[in-house]
Amino acid sequence: MRDIQILETPLNTQSCHDAVADPAAGGIVVFVGAVRNQTKGRKVVQLAFESYVPMALKEMGKIADTLYQKWGILHLSIHHRVGVLEIGEIPVIIAVSTPHRQAAFEACQYAIDTLKETVPIWKKEIFEDGTVWVSAHP
Amino acid sequence: MKIKLIAFGIAKEIIAASESDLEVENPCDIGNLKRILMTQYHEFKKLQSIKFAINEDYQEDHFPLHEGDEVVIIPPVSGG
Repeated sequence: MRDIQILETPLNTQSCHDAVADPAAGGIVVFVGAVRNQTKGRKVVQLAFESYVPMALKEMGKIADTLYQKWGILHLSIHHRVGVLEIGEIPVIIAVSTPHRQAAFEACQYAIDTLKETVPIWKKEIFEDGTVWVSAHP
Repeated sequence: MKIKLIAFGIAKEIIAASESDLEVENPCDIGNLKRILMTQYHEFKKLQSIKFAINEDYQEDHFPLHEGDEVVIIPPVSGG
C-alpha cells in the first residue's frame, strides 16, 4: 500500500494508521505534525499552506521509493493538508509499517525530513500583525 | 522565444502573478533565466534559494529551455 494524498480537508490519524496496518508488521510509526502557536516568541494565528500538487505527489513518490528500497517497509501513508489551518490542526501525517520497529522509526524520520527539503509545499505564517513565508529568507 | 512562468508561494508575490509569459533570447537555459529574474525582480536575490521545475521535476542551471516551456519557480519549500 502506497497511500499518498494532498487534501483540503482535516487529516485523520486513524485512516493513515489503518492504511499501513499489516499482519506482517512488527511496528507502525505515525508522525503527526502540528500547527504551533508561536515562532520565536511571536504569536501565530493561522498557517496557510499551498502546493504545486502534481509535483508534490511525484516528489513524495520518490520518498516512497527510497523507503521501500532502503528500509524494506511494508506500507506507507503520507497525507498533507493544504489551505488555512488553525493552531493545533494537523498539516501532515506520515505512517510507516515495517516487520521490525527500528526500520519504521528510521524510515519515518527520513520521510518527514526529506519532505521538508524537497516537496513543493509552502507555508505562510499568519501573525496578528503580518505574514511571513516560512524559510523563504536566510 | 516565449516561455511561461508559473509561480508559487513567495515567488507568486514577487512577480505579482501566478502565471506570466516571458520573452527570452534563444538559446536560454535555467541559469540564464535565473539571472534574468534576479535582475528584473531584486526580491529573488534575497531568498534562501530559488529552484526551477519543468515537467514536475527539478532541473539544474544547464537545462536548456524551449519555446513554449512551462517553467515553475520553486522558492524555498516549507511543508510539514
